[in-house]
Order: sequence, then structure tokens, then C-alpha cells
Amino acid sequence: MTGLIAPVVRRLRPSDLGRVASVGVRTRKVRAALSALGIAIGVAALVAVLGLSSSSQAGLLAQIDRLGTNLLTVTTGKTMFGDTAELPKQAPSMISRIGPVTQVQQTGVTTAKAYRSPLIPAINSNGLSVQAASLDLPRAAGTSLAQGRYLNAATAREPVAVLGAAAAERLGIGRIRVGQRIWVGGQWFYVTGILRPGVLAPEIDTAVLVGFPAAERYLGFGGYPSTIYVRADTSQVDAVHGVLGATANPQAPSEVNVSKPSDALVARAAAQSAFNSLFLGLGAVALLVGAIGVANTMVISVLERRPEIGLRRALGATRGHIRIQFLAEAILLAVLGGAAGVAAGVAATAIYATTKDWSIVIPTVAWAGGFAATILIGAVAGLIPALRAARMPPTQALWSL
Amino acid sequence: MSPDMTAPGMTGTATAPVLELRDVTKTYPSTPPVTALRGVSLTVRQGELVAIVGPSGSGKTTLLHLMGTLDRPTTGRVLLTGLDASAMTDRQVARLRATRIGFVFQQFFLAEHATVLDNVADGLLYAGTPYRQRRELAAEALSSVGLGERLHARPTQLSGGQRQRVAIARALIGRPAIVLADEPTGNLDHATGQSILALLHALHDRGTTILVITHDREIAAHLPRQVDMLDGRIVADTAKPDTVSPAAAASPATAVSPAAAASPATAVSPAAAASPATAASPATAARRG
Repeated sequence: MTGLIAPVVRRLRPSDLGRVASVGVRTRKVRAALSALGIAIGVAALVAVLGLSSSSQAGLLAQIDRLGTNLLTVTTGKTMFGDTAELPKQAPSMISRIGPVTQVQQTGVTTAKAYRSPLIPAINSNGLSVQAASLDLPRAAGTSLAQGRYLNAATAREPVAVLGAAAAERLGIGRIRVGQRIWVGGQWFYVTGILRPGVLAPEIDTAVLVGFPAAERYLGFGGYPSTIYVRADTSQVDAVHGVLGATANPQAPSEVNVSKPSDALVARAAAQSAFNSLFLGLGAVALLVGAIGVANTMVISVLERRPEIGLRRALGATRGHIRIQFLAEAILLAVLGGAAGVAAGVAATAIYATTKDWSIVIPTVAWAGGFAATILIGAVAGLIPALRAARMPPTQALWSL
Repeated sequence: MSPDMTAPGMTGTATAPVLELRDVTKTYPSTPPVTALRGVSLTVRQGELVAIVGPSGSGKTTLLHLMGTLDRPTTGRVLLTGLDASAMTDRQVARLRATRIGFVFQQFFLAEHATVLDNVADGLLYAGTPYRQRRELAAEALSSVGLGERLHARPTQLSGGQRQRVAIARALIGRPAIVLADEPTGNLDHATGQSILALLHALHDRGTTILVITHDREIAAHLPRQVDMLDGRIVADTAKPDTVSPAAAASPATAVSPAAAASPATAVSPAAAASPATAASPATAARRG
């Protein structure tokens, strides 16, 4: 007699596990698709939200790169008594003597207001400022003309104005016509051009720009610059940043503000993603609902497939074999949904980013995290049904018909 | 294990006990407790074809559960090929079922989405046999039950008799020590049922140990050995006494079997009985069923 040999229990081969786990999906395709749909929607929402915000960030950063990260602005600060300080008139020419500086342009705020016509009440100034501007300002500030012409040496002496993008809109001037004029500081100014929106220098958007000589002659402007736009060699930007204050106003360097607008924009781009938490929350709720759908499908599946469970036990399946089969089926359902969701989220991001001319950026955390989350969700959703299936006595499973 | 190992067998290998029940009782813990088996002792030897027959409630299904290690006795021992199943863990008895027991059920339990070949191959899924090898063995098993031409059909495309043949092939694929058939003809018409019985006889002639559970005395009468159950006890056994004598053990399995297989079958369905070689009869049986 051989006596009591303890038979060795074998684990299912991975390929066999795949076969038994896909039985439910293969035999009940519609039900599997519907229960995976919830997961798919949740994952698609998460991937699309993260992908879109990353792509829009990438788009903004690319735009900043195109406009140049070498722009520095010098603005008037406050005196130690809290009054608005003034930059010396010589500041631009002193700054232009710094070696790596390639361009210096300036604006000066006047006290004048701009209106569509003299009939507009003075209080309706639309938040527009009238600024004296130097002759190469648009290029230095990272914008350009949308229509018409900018100021030149001749028109800078005459009552001629160029409008920032927002200023043109608020004054109701959509395009330049011959003889187009606005009421600035108590007299007519002819409009010769409209600028494009300036990403790096948004303050120019709401400005009505006139020449320095014209501002002094017609608007009682003192000629002091209020903002100086400085372009420097990209590699030397930090060094220039360091000496800019002292160069612009050697007598009171502390009354000068120096900033790098591109840095502020980068920070703003990063901060934008915080606004996405609402959508991420919605995606998480969709995932939760999807998980409940998978769990529900699995519970029903276990009830329906009692004869199959009994048969498998009769064919030699252990409780562990049954447990892993149903657990793997739940994970498979969730992963199928997750894969569809990742694909849909990526597609949505790609389509939207293409229409916006952004580069397509899907953060690894979005697709890999979404995928890992579905495996976890499948495991959690399938756990209880799998345990119930494994606990079912084979006799009850087989003779329950 | 068995006290009578000295018993002379007809072929020398035919006398080893495959299944032994020793004073087995089973009480279900309901209120009031139901006692389904009251001290059953039974030995099935290699190469036997045995019918367990009894009316509903006689305990034969419970007996099947215990013999198939799907359930455990309340007291007593169940030994399969000398291994004491009542002392084993759940994992160990599962392994025992995977390698040494084949089941045939009244309701066939075939997977409708899978081909006949894959259904049969699943019989070795939990024995750890690789997929390719399972399919090869499944094709062999199917041709041995006369379905070698329908390997890639779905169960839904088959007749009831053919489906039961598929189920029998699935039970046979792992060359189990014993095949337990629970009312194998219960869902079939009479003629088809006879062809299934003819198939079981043919398998028995090739040395397979088969135990058939049925309520149908006519079916049981066709089989070499009959064990009658009533009210949780064995009331008659054609191989009596229960502690089997060498002669009794040998005779039903050898001398009686061909005669028993031939004679009743002739009375009922000459076509099926005339050719116990299964390949010919299932086709005709299937057309009739």
C-alpha cells in the first residue's frame, strides 16, 4: 500500500488563469461592456483632465519660450514715504549701456484719459490709461501690430495714437479706418494702429499709446518713464536683473521694481492646475460608481454560475482556484474599462490640444495611475464576490438547479 | 489497506480496491437533523461497473457526494485508491478529484461558449496539464466516445446523447481511477439512454472503473453489479457479502459483465447492443435521439 500520500496542489498557469478569467467576459459581452463602461468614463475623465491641463501648460510655456524669457521690466516703486517714485529720464539710456542689454524701450503714464468722443462722460474712462511709448516698444514687449501702423519718428510728434488690444475693444474700434480718431486729453487723436494682445506685458493691452514728444506737447506729460522694457542676452538675464535697479536709478535703487514677466507666467501656469480639482473629483466619483457596477456584475455572475463553480470544484478546483478566477475576472473587467478610458482620455486630450496648437502632453501619473487604479478597483470590487464563490460548497453549487 | 489483497484477480491488476467506504454515516445539521446515511460500507474494485440504485431519499446522492469527496462523512472513512480522503485538507481532496475521479452529471454541465474539444480539455485544467497537451488528450478521449469528428462543434449544436458523450469524455480524459456517473441517462430519451449505457459498457470492457447512480431499476439491471439503497442503508448487493469474497469480487467484473452487457441490451435495442465498439452506435443513437 502506498499509504497517505499528500497530493501536491498546483497553481493555475498564467495562461490558464487568463482563460478561466475571461469566460465571463467572452460569454456575456454586453454585460461586460456595460459594467466596464463606468470605469472607462471615470478613467477617461481623469486622464483627460490631467492631460488637458498639462497640455495647456505646455502650450503656455511654449508660447512664453517663443516670446522669449529674456524680457525684464523696470517699473517705478514707492518712496519710503509711500508716494509713487519716479524713474530718472536718463534711465533708459543708462540701462542701454549695460553690456548684455540688446533692447531698451519705455512707456510713461500720462494723466490724460481716452474716450470714443467728447460726448462720453468723463467718468466712463473704461479703465484705460494713456501712455507715452517709445518707437520700438511692440517688439521689446513681445507683441506686434494686428492692424495699421505703429508710431514712427514723425507720428510720435503728432496727435496720433496706437491702441492696445483691450483698449481697442473697449473703445469699440474693430478696425482702422482713414480718419478714425478718439478724444484724448481734450483733443482728437488719430488712430493708426491696433496691437495684438501682449502675453508678457498685459499692461500694454489696456493702454492708448502716443509718442513721447506728442504726450509732452499735447497732454502735459513730464517725460518721466514709468515702465522700461529691457531685453538682454538669454544667458545673462540674471546678471542684468541684478544690476538693473541700481542702473535705472543710482540715487535710489530701492525705489525701482525689477521683474521678469516670464517667471510670473510660469508660476501662473503651474497654479492653473489647482483649478482642476473639481473635475478630478468628478472623475473619482465616476470611478467609484464604475467600481460598484463591476462589483454588482460579479455578484450576479457568481449567483448565475453556481453550476459552473460546482463543476470546476468537481474537476478538481480548490477554493483558491475559484477565488482567483473570479478575482481575476473582476480585475479583467476593470482593466478593460481602464484601457478604454485611458484611450478615450488620450484621444480627447489629443483632439483638443491639436485644435489649440498645444503639444500633446499626457502625464505618466495620469495614464499609469489611472491604469493602476483600475487594477486596484477591480480587485476590491471582485473580492467579496470571489470569496462568496470560493466559500460555496461544491454539492450546493452542483445540485442547486 | 484492504484485508483481502491476496484475492486472485482475473488479470492480476483487476482486484485492487479503488473506492472503499467504511461504516460511513452522514447527518445534515438542520433542525431536526437529517440522517442521510446510516453506516454504509462498500468496496469497489478496479475494473468494476457498479450500479447504486434506490428511490429518491434513499441517500444515493449523498453517497455520491461522499464518494466524490465533494462532501465529508459525519463518521466513518472514505478511501480512494487507498488514500483516506476524510483525513485530507480541502486542497488535497481537490487534487484527488483532479487526478483520480471523473464525474458525469445528469445535466451534462458543458460550457456553451466553448468548443467540445475545450470542454473536454477542461477536465485536466486543474491537474496542471499544459494547454496543448490537454487538447491532444481531449481529441483522443472524444474519439474514444465516438465524437472524433465533432471536435470543434459547440455543445448547443449537439444532441443530448452527444452532449453526454462529451461529458463522459471529459470525465475520462485524465484516466481517473473511477468514474462516478450521476443519473447519466436521466435527461435522455430511452433509446439515447441505452446508447450511453452501451458506451459505459464498452468503456468498462476496456478496464475503466465506473459507478453509476440511478433510480431506474431497469438501467441498474443491465449492469454487472447492483447495490440497492433504501433509507440510508445498503439493503442488497449482488456482490454480497459486503466484505467482498475473492470469488464474488472477481465474478461480476469478469464473467458476468459481457453477458450482462449483451443480453438486456439485445432485448431493448439490438443496434446499440450489437456493437459495443462505440464508434458505430453513437451516430445512429444520435440520429434517433
